[in-house]
Amino acid sequence: MVSTQPILSATGLTMEFRGFVAVNNVTIAVNEGTVHALIGPNGAGKTTVFNLLTKFLTPTRGQITFRGSDITPLKPAEVARLGLVRSFQISAVFPHLTVLDNVRIALQRPSNLATQFWRSSSALSVLDERAMALIDAVGLANYAHLPAVELSYGRKRALEIATTLALDPAMLLLDEPMAGMGHEDIGRISDLIRRIARDRTVLMVEHNLNVVADLCDRVTVLARGEILADGSYETVSADPRVREAYMGTEHD
Amino acid sequence: MAVGTQYLAEQPRPRALSVVFGAVAIAALVAAPFAVYPVLMMNVLCFALFACAFNLLIGYVGLLSFGHATFFGGAAYFTAHAVKVWGWEPLAGILLGAAGAAALGLIVGFLAIRRQGIYFAMITLALGQMFAFICLQAPFTHGEDGIQGVPRGHLLGLIDLNQPLAMYYFTLAVFLFGFFAIWRIVHSPFGNILQAIRENERRAISLGYRVDRYKLGAFVMSAALAGLAGATKAIVFQFATLTDVQWQMSGEVILMTLLGGIGTLIGPAVGAGLVIALQNYLAASDFPVTVLIGIIFVVCVLVFRRGIVGEIMALMKRKTG
Repeated sequence: MVSTQPILSATGLTMEFRGFVAVNNVTIAVNEGTVHALIGPNGAGKTTVFNLLTKFLTPTRGQITFRGSDITPLKPAEVARLGLVRSFQISAVFPHLTVLDNVRIALQRPSNLATQFWRSSSALSVLDERAMALIDAVGLANYAHLPAVELSYGRKRALEIATTLALDPAMLLLDEPMAGMGHEDIGRISDLIRRIARDRTVLMVEHNLNVVADLCDRVTVLARGEILADGSYETVSADPRVREAYMGTEHD
Repeated sequence: MAVGTQYLAEQPRPRALSVVFGAVAIAALVAAPFAVYPVLMMNVLCFALFACAFNLLIGYVGLLSFGHATFFGGAAYFTAHAVKVWGWEPLAGILLGAAGAAALGLIVGFLAIRRQGIYFAMITLALGQMFAFICLQAPFTHGEDGIQGVPRGHLLGLIDLNQPLAMYYFTLAVFLFGFFAIWRIVHSPFGNILQAIRENERRAISLGYRVDRYKLGAFVMSAALAGLAGATKAIVFQFATLTDVQWQMSGEVILMTLLGGIGTLIGPAVGAGLVIALQNYLAASDFPVTVLIGIIFVVCVLVFRRGIVGEIMALMKRKTG
């Protein structure tokens, strides 16, 4: 089930902002069908790596390969069209659209219902069934007609995942999908990610180490823009350098 | 089933009310030439369509163009030339004007669309100034004189547009066509994507939307409809001059749209009506029109920022809960 073939790999990824090196020589390979975590203390450069992998930032140096082809020169929309779709740390929804509309926006693109300016938007009702199925899968069925802005934080994150899944991407990059969530929400989103990962690859930034231990096949630790360790959660969490970087000095 | 009906109920205003309002407005416009001087009404309709076309861009895409006079005035030149020099039928001439404006929109939009906010406004202004300069120098526009004495001709060879009422109803038909085209675009699958881009551009990109192409598409549509308004105006007034391509005209349409209400469908039309009516009734008085419009504009920005129609709609929303 867990393949050893990397679906996404980056070599020598470096990002400099006016002399400040945010990400330095990062090499990472995410194997197909796995849940891969990117962890590290605040300011380690995790989100920058996400921005580089999805081309929202252009790396100063380095190369990114997705499904065997070089995506380094591509624009972010093109990366998404290849099936590498990301979420954002700050919940990214369309606030004044309803939950249903949010998901339909994602469904519109592959169904060629995005450029039709001469038809009524009621033509989009053909997408309702699929949209409702996705909304139901993340537990938002009762909120389908609420504007996204009125959802609680946890539900906004769930909506974001539903919207991302609507594109049926081969790989999802989730930036702290459970940040700021309560216990119950964490359980629900964990289950959801586990279900998603059955036939997809997931790379996620996550602070909650219990979630990482529970969900992830492989963990890459980033500190000060560099890779500190890489391997299974057990290996990585036993690494003294990781413990020092992640927890500060250790108190026993 | 439940999905569909619930969704309808979520529309900001009940559909029935809009239909009633629309019917009353159209009836009033049909009756207008018997109460108001038809040429004044035609002027209002042309500017109302121009403002609505401009609003498609600022209200529904969030882009402030400071060069829309290029499309309005440019189309007027194209149409005036086709009708006067080539002897085209007026409707064909108007369609050529709108197509020419769309082509200009493609060029200006292509150059400006990658920039945002003030940079976008400045690029459109600069390109608009360049176009105004070309219109001043090019032989076919006849410099300061403009193209004068454009014959109104016979619509499709049948209807004599020299009859004031025929001209009026033709202008009204053009306005209604343009207005409903805008309404259709805003409430279309494409309009949904425009709204998504306006609300969260990064998210739209991350979903794989090439947002620049959507913005460019909306820009060209806005330019074509602004051109439709300018082309019709050239037939109504039988001339095309530099006034319509200069930056003051771009400023005037911004003013009309702000006064009426950005992002409301009829607001820009109301704003255009107000500005044109003021210009008309104060033209004879000693009071300088620009000063009064300036004062109204300042009051509007200070007191009701949503514009006239925007404030009314907000008030209605509050009342109905």
